[in-house]
Formats: sequence, structure tokens, C-alpha cells
Amino acid sequence: MKTFNYHSAKDVKEASKISSSSSAFLAGGMTTIPSIKLGLASYRDIIDIKGIKSLSGIKVSGKSVKIGSTTKHVEVANSKEVKKAIPSLAALAEGIGDPQVRNRGTIGGSVANNDPSADYPSACIALNAVIHTNSRKIEAEKFFKGMFETALKSGEIIEAIEFSIPEKSNYQKYPNPASRYAVVGVYVAKHKSEVNVAVTGAKSCVYNDKDLAKALSNNFSSSAVDAVRISSSGMNSDIHASAEYRANMVKVFAKKAVEAC
Amino acid sequence: MASLVGSRVERKEDKKLLTGRGKYTADVNFVNQTFAYFVRSPHARAQIKKVDITKAMKAPGVVSILTGADIANDKIGGLIAGWRIKSEDGSDMKVPAHPPLANEIVNYVGDHVAVVIADSLDEARNAAEFVKVDYKILKAVVDTKGAMDSDQIYKDIPKNLCFDWLLGDRAKVKEAFEKADKIIKIDLINNRVIPNAMEPRAANADYNPSTEEITLYTTSQNPHLARIIISAFNGVAPENKLRVIAPDVGGGFGSKIYPYAEEVVCSWAAKKIERPVKWVADRTESFLSDCHGRDHVTHAELAVKNDGTFLGFKNETIANIGAYASVFGTVTPTYLFGPCATGVYKMPAAYTNVKAVFTNTAPVDAYRGAGRPEATYTIETLVEKAARELGMDPAEIRMKNFPTQFPFQQTLVHSVDSGDYVASLNKAMEVADYKGFEKRKRESANKGKLRGIGLCSYFEACGIAPSPVVMMLGCGIGLWESAEVRFNPTGNVTVFTGSHSHGQGHDTTFAQIAADQLGVPIENIEISHGDTDKGPFGYGTYGSRSLTVGGTAIVKACDKIIAKGKRVAAKMLEASVDDVEFSNGEFVVAKSNKKKTIGEIAFACYLPGTYGEVKSPLPEGEEPGLKETSFFDPANFSFPAGSHICEVEVDPDIGETKVVKYTAIDDFGTIINPLVVEGQVHGGIVQGIGQALYENCHYDETGQLVTASYMDYTMPRADNFPEFDLGFTCTPATSNPLGTKGCGEAGAIASPPAVMNAVMNAIGTEISMPATAEKVWKACNQNKKKNSEAA
Repeated sequence: MKTFNYHSAKDVKEASKISSSSSAFLAGGMTTIPSIKLGLASYRDIIDIKGIKSLSGIKVSGKSVKIGSTTKHVEVANSKEVKKAIPSLAALAEGIGDPQVRNRGTIGGSVANNDPSADYPSACIALNAVIHTNSRKIEAEKFFKGMFETALKSGEIIEAIEFSIPEKSNYQKYPNPASRYAVVGVYVAKHKSEVNVAVTGAKSCVYNDKDLAKALSNNFSSSAVDAVRISSSGMNSDIHASAEYRANMVKVFAKKAVEAC
Repeated sequence: MASLVGSRVERKEDKKLLTGRGKYTADVNFVNQTFAYFVRSPHARAQIKKVDITKAMKAPGVVSILTGADIANDKIGGLIAGWRIKSEDGSDMKVPAHPPLANEIVNYVGDHVAVVIADSLDEARNAAEFVKVDYKILKAVVDTKGAMDSDQIYKDIPKNLCFDWLLGDRAKVKEAFEKADKIIKIDLINNRVIPNAMEPRAANADYNPSTEEITLYTTSQNPHLARIIISAFNGVAPENKLRVIAPDVGGGFGSKIYPYAEEVVCSWAAKKIERPVKWVADRTESFLSDCHGRDHVTHAELAVKNDGTFLGFKNETIANIGAYASVFGTVTPTYLFGPCATGVYKMPAAYTNVKAVFTNTAPVDAYRGAGRPEATYTIETLVEKAARELGMDPAEIRMKNFPTQFPFQQTLVHSVDSGDYVASLNKAMEVADYKGFEKRKRESANKGKLRGIGLCSYFEACGIAPSPVVMMLGCGIGLWESAEVRFNPTGNVTVFTGSHSHGQGHDTTFAQIAADQLGVPIENIEISHGDTDKGPFGYGTYGSRSLTVGGTAIVKACDKIIAKGKRVAAKMLEASVDDVEFSNGEFVVAKSNKKKTIGEIAFACYLPGTYGEVKSPLPEGEEPGLKETSFFDPANFSFPAGSHICEVEVDPDIGETKVVKYTAIDDFGTIINPLVVEGQVHGGIVQGIGQALYENCHYDETGQLVTASYMDYTMPRADNFPEFDLGFTCTPATSNPLGTKGCGEAGAIASPPAVMNAVMNAIGTEISMPATAEKVWKACNQNKKKNSEAA
């Protein structure tokens, strides 16, 4: 492990001020720390934002669930308010990684990292989330740019993620038997005026499957999913799952999610 | 005192191991210690043109950097293949040189090129980045099946062929096949797996310039073997100047039987720099450089009569032994594989032909079961296929071909002393509710799941010994076992065993045996192992040998103690030796109330005199002290056997297979501690299911290890399994006085074919291990297509 300077920021302003092109923000550290240890990443400065109180916590209103960026997965999973407002979101948090990860990992970290197999990005897309940063508000559709790429600029810190409460929703995934990341995860959310079908794990970045969304907008049932042809083009292919298999899984898990809604 | 043998005594060692008080090699630290970091080859095959350490030597904290040139200069010998195999044409196996640090060529990703030794691990690792190795990259040979037709890796080894070995009689097999009504054929892949012991390998070597002695702490299943190899073959230090200690060891599964390059290099370097050298593998190094297991490509055929009688068997296997011939790398696919390949059956004619090939992958060596799981997977999937093709019940075809007379002369090598294969299969079918399967299948179908049932009846040859036999077959060492039973003057007992416990529970089971033999409470018995300076020479733990061979040595040493105790008691009690009887820890003169406890005898042996008069309790000529040693070399292997029945549910939409019911009925002869044995069976089954459904070592075509972390290498986990239904039948072994048979590997031998037969029964298609979700999904899809075309 390469040495680095450790800073514990007292507020967002200070954290942003210290940041540079060779720094990283540290919340749960579930990706950052292993990356440093494995020599995959090295930073001059690590800026710890865990101590910033304003970044943590859950607020539920009539229309939305707003979760502070350093809120841990376990807090979302156990939150009575979240369970009541968007039960699928609490269930998603409960299914991330393992107990150690859920006790350390944060929602902001997961969203900022934008791992192609992470769970939370699909929730952001399906639940029309707004990403609140220290400088602006970004719609989820415009936030996730590509593999490990987001709209965040240097020094920009996620403060909270605000999810719209849908009429009904459900998230289903097939965890990789080795890593337990999603080989494919499908988050279906039925809002008043639209249906979103966010897919993670299948491609280089989370996406909203417009064909499935359209079919389900017309007829919210698993038979509507049956009629949609899922192309394997652009899908990931690795030792765990070929593109063809992933395409099948998107359909199977979309159906499971609709049936569980 | 009630007998402890047969009772569920809780494991004495668990308290320390489960509360973090175990002492492992990584926990050992010396004053003035340095840290080693190995520079490893990033290429699967390359020529080393130059190793430049100039810049690295200037990095902070660096003490020394050693390379293959230093190994050659110091005449440090290479790593060895411990078992000599001859080809069918009589020629010797061909084995490449394997220097502990590569000199001219590297042959797998992870191969050792140089070692950087520094004051801290961070400094060593940092400096290693500046070791500049100039490689000329060569085309790697990776594929097992294609290895013989690929580029030649070593200039003296044509076709990359280590040996082309035959066991059995081709002419007899040909004759048998000519008489057959039907020939059943199968093509199989026995997937390569990575052992993944919980504790990574480690070494810490300390050199004492005053005594010129090296003390090597290491993660070994077999410290005496490490000492003899590092002394006699690597030439690091004479045996009497090398002490090897394997303290608590966190699992081995075969991968820690023998020393690796790292232990040799640390010991040699410690002497060279006169400072302790510590190395602990990180997990990636373990994936890359621990010896792997299995990796066979097999074509097998079974000649049968229409009534299901077996007439003959042939087995053509290509075994990938990796880049170098490891210590047990050559015996695993030959004498540990071929003799068991005809399974638990009467088989009038058979042969096994194995072509062992070198590839640019990590060496392959013994892994839980070593050869016998590969053999059992071959015969048991073939027998199941025979049943399908003949329209017979898989249990019926097995029953028909079981031997019922024991001793049973098995087709190729073994004379099996005892067994009752009919009894274990009958019991397994009863416990598994074999008859109720169709009903359960319908229930699964109602949920949209495909349910399958698979059987496996196995036997195996373990308790590895006897020395004259294994040495005749090419083994470079003897395989007896030692025990020393030492009474301490105050009456408690230390038992030294040459075997080694790294999870097997010897501290408990061996103490149960000694407690019963000596009539001493189990709390007063300490089992000591793993230190070449403490007990007599021994051969360690692997091949399910420790109890049958090492446990017997303990019994024999106890017999000697009791014999001496009788002589001393006779003198003290003024009786004839023949009148002294020993039971429950007391020496009693027959038909009298005169007696001495074994503790009193021990005390007298160590303090042989009386105050105020010259009087010894010892008979004339008897030496003081009470300590006896025994070396036991059994007359035969032990032959555990049994039947396992597995049921799976397959979700055809995603191809996921779940083991929903698992029954294991095993015959391990006499069982010392059912609790420990059940633990061994659980672990073995889980490892076997891991191989059948999840684990797969994957190298890409350039020889890069793709599955080099737990992100990609699928270990089985607790939530992958149902409760197992275990049961036992018992036919005691006749080759050891305890009547025991080995139990450590049986689960890993029996479960892969049981699971795969169940999967194939569920989906109706032949597939090879591992039955991963995508593979099963594809097979289900093809079946759907076929069915719709037929309709």
C-alpha cells in the first residue's frame, strides 16, 4: 500500500477545498481501501467525510425519500420510514454485499463509484432520483455516464440522494456466486405517469430499458415482459455470464420483479 | 472408566482456535526480523534475459535482493518430484529442473524470479517494483487436451509429456469389449480447482550463527518431510541443523504437504544474511502459486452385458500437472487414480492410461482425495450412464456388480480387506427415501423446477502406507508413522505423533485413544505434533492416514508402556509378571487386592529409590524412566467405502442448481469420535459440491489466471447447502488393531459424482463439472429446442 495524507474534514466546504486531482473522498471505503491495498489506485490525499454530520440521515416526505450520502446500507435497510415508503429500496440495501459491507458501505459511495454491477444505481434510475451535490442537483438519468463514470466534477461531493416514492416497485437480482455483485439486477418502478425498468450488471453502466418500460406502461404484468425481445448486443460477457445469458436474465428478473410488485 | 473411543468428545483444540488464540506461522515474530517479498513472473512463459536489481537495491529499507543466479552460485538444489513414474514403454518420466528462483526461464504466472528482503514488508514490496526483469515472452501452453500438440516448453521434453503410464491389461480389455452387448462411452473434464486453505502459506526462518542452526516456522502438513527435502535436496542445511516447526496450521487440503520455493528461499536467505526472514502469502499469491488440484480430460468406456453385468473398463486420461512436477504431482494421477478407477465393482478386465502433460500453469498436486475423486467421478458417471442406456435403475446396476466376498481382490492393484457395499447402499436408499423421489419430483415440477437424483457408491484406498509397497511403486519416501508416549514423573502424559493436525482434531481423537489405552483421564494427556525437535521422525498428515497409521503407532507405544509397567508393578508388588493384569489404569495382581496405579508406576520409574535404604522398585536390568516409541508400518492401505445420494433442484429459467437433499452413508470401520468424523464428512462433501457446482480455476489462452481472487473464484458457502443426512455402516479394517479406516477425504471423493448424476438426471443432458448456472441454462435451452422441434 502506498502512503497517503489522511484528512478528516469537518464540513463539506473544507473537504471540497482540500480535494484535488490526486485525492479521493472516503466514506465507507468499501471500494477505495481495497483498491489502494491492491495497488489499483493511489492518492496523495484521502479526505474522510464520515465525520460530517450533515451528510448522514434519512428524511421521508410525502413524495420522496431523501438519504444523506454517508448513510450506511444497514441504516437504509433497517429504516422503518424507508420500509414504509419504498419497501423495495430497504430490501435492496439489505441485499448489498455482506454484513461487513452493509455496516460500513454508504449510499453516496456506491452511487459515486458507479460500479456496473452495483445495486444502488438501479434504484436511482428506477426511482427518478435526484443527486444533490454541494453545487447542484443532478437527475439520475444524467448522472451515470459510463463504467465507473459519473457527472461529478473534481471536488464535487454528493450530499444526498432523493428518491421519488413510486406506486409500486421491486428489485430482483441474480448475485454472482463468487462476488455476490449483481450478474443482472432489475429494478422495476411504477410511477403515476410512467414505468422505469432499471438494469444493472448487464452492460457497462446502469440503464433504463425503454422497451420493457414501454411494454409495462401499457400493461403492467409479467406477460407484457414476455413479449419484449431483449437483445444481447452491448451486454457484458465474462467468465461468469455471456451476453446471451445476461439478456435472458434481464427478462427473467424483470418478470420476477413485476410479479413481486 | 468408560471407554472414550466411540464417544462424541468435544474438540479440545477448538477453544483456542475459535477464540483467536491459535498460534500460526504469521503470528511468529523474531527480533531483528526482515520481510521477504517475491518478484513473480507476470508471464506464463518467457525467457529471462536479464534481472537488474541496481535501482531496487537503493530503495529504502532493502537488506538484500537474491535471484536465480545467487541460487545457482550457492548450489541450492531444485524442488523435487517425489514419486518416480515409468511410462508404458519402460522409460522414466521426464521432469524439468525447478530451481527455487528461476534462472533462465519462467513457466507460469506467479513463478518465482527474485526475492527482495527489507526491514519492513512495505519497503520490500516497494523495492520489488524497481527490480527490472527483461523477459522475452514465449507462446504459452495452457490447454490440457491440446498440450501434446502445442509448442514444446522444455527442450528435453518432447510433446510436453512427462509420462505415458499404463496400469492394467489392454489385451484382456479388448477381449472383454468384444464380448459386450453394449459399450457405454463418456467424455469428462475434471475441472482444475484451487485449494484455498483458510490460512495462506507462510514461512519464518531464523538462523542462529552460534549453533549454525536454522529454525523454520512454516505452514506444513508434514514438517519432517520439509526438513528432509530442504536438507537433502535443496542443501540449505544438514538435517541436524534444521528444525522445522509447523505450529497451528489453518487447513491444507494437500497443498501444504511439501515445501515450496518460498520456504527454501527464506531458510537459505536467513543463513546468508544472518537475520530472520519472514514471508506470508497474500491471497493473490495463494491463488497463483499454491499447487492446484485435479485438471483431467478423460475418455472412458464400460463394456456391459444387457443384464447390466460389467465386463471391462478402459480409461484414457490426460492429466495436466502444470509447469513443474511437484512432490506428489506424478503419483496423484497414477497410483492414486488408476487403481480406484474401476470403482466398487467386480470388473473382469480394466486398464487406465494416463498421459501427464506439462503446461504453463501452476503445478498441480494432491488435493483432498488426490486421484481418487477423479477416479470415482469417472466410473460413477459412467455407471449411471450405463443404467440410463440399459433402462435399469442406477441402484440396481450397482448392486448387481458389487463384490460380496471379502477380502476382495480388486481388478488392478488392491486387495480390499473388508467392506459391505450392499449394506451401505441399502441404508443410503432408506435414509434418502429413494422410493419417494418421484413424488418429490412432481412437487418440484409444480414449482417450475427440475428435480434430479444422483447416486455414488465409492471405495478408496487411503491410510497411505505401507512403505515397501509405495516405494516399490516409485515413492521416494517411506510412509509409516511414529508415536512416542512419554509419562511425566507426576503421572500425566505427553504423546508425540509424527502426523500433523491442521483441522482434523488429533488433539482430541488421539487423546481419546491414549486415555483408553493407559487408563489416564483425557485432561491429563497432551498431544504434541509439528516440531521436528520434539518427537521422532514422522510423515505428516494427508491421504487420510493419520489415525490408521499414526493412531496405531500410539496404541503400539502404549502397549510397550504397559508391558514395562507390568514388569515394574510385579517387582513392587512382589508378584510374578504373568500374574499382573492391567485395566482402567491399574496394575493388579490376579486373585489379590494388591495393585498399583499407572501413575504410581510412572513415579517409581522416574524416582527409583527409597529413603533410608538402598532399594529400587525396578527389576534388575530395567532402565529408569517411562517413555516408549513405536514406528508402525501397516500391511495394507485402508479402504473406506460408502454410498451417497444427492437430490438437486434446477431452475431452468436461470440454470441455477440447488442441492436440496444429501445423504451420506459411509463405512469408516471403527469410529473413534463421531463428532469429529461428521465434521470431516461435512467438509469433504462441501468441497466436493464446490467442485461440482461452483469452483473453477480459469486461465485465459495466454496463461493469465482469471480467477485469482474471490471476486471470480467461487467458493462454496454455507447458504449453498441443505442439512446433510449422515449415517454409518461398519466393517472394521483388518490392517490395523483399531479397525479404523480413513475418513478425511471420503466426502470430497463421493460428492462430485453424486451431484453431477443428480444434475444430469434433472436436465437429461450430459454435462461436465462445474455445473454452473449458465452451463445448465444452455443445456436446458437446447432440450427445449429439441422438444419443440420434435413436437
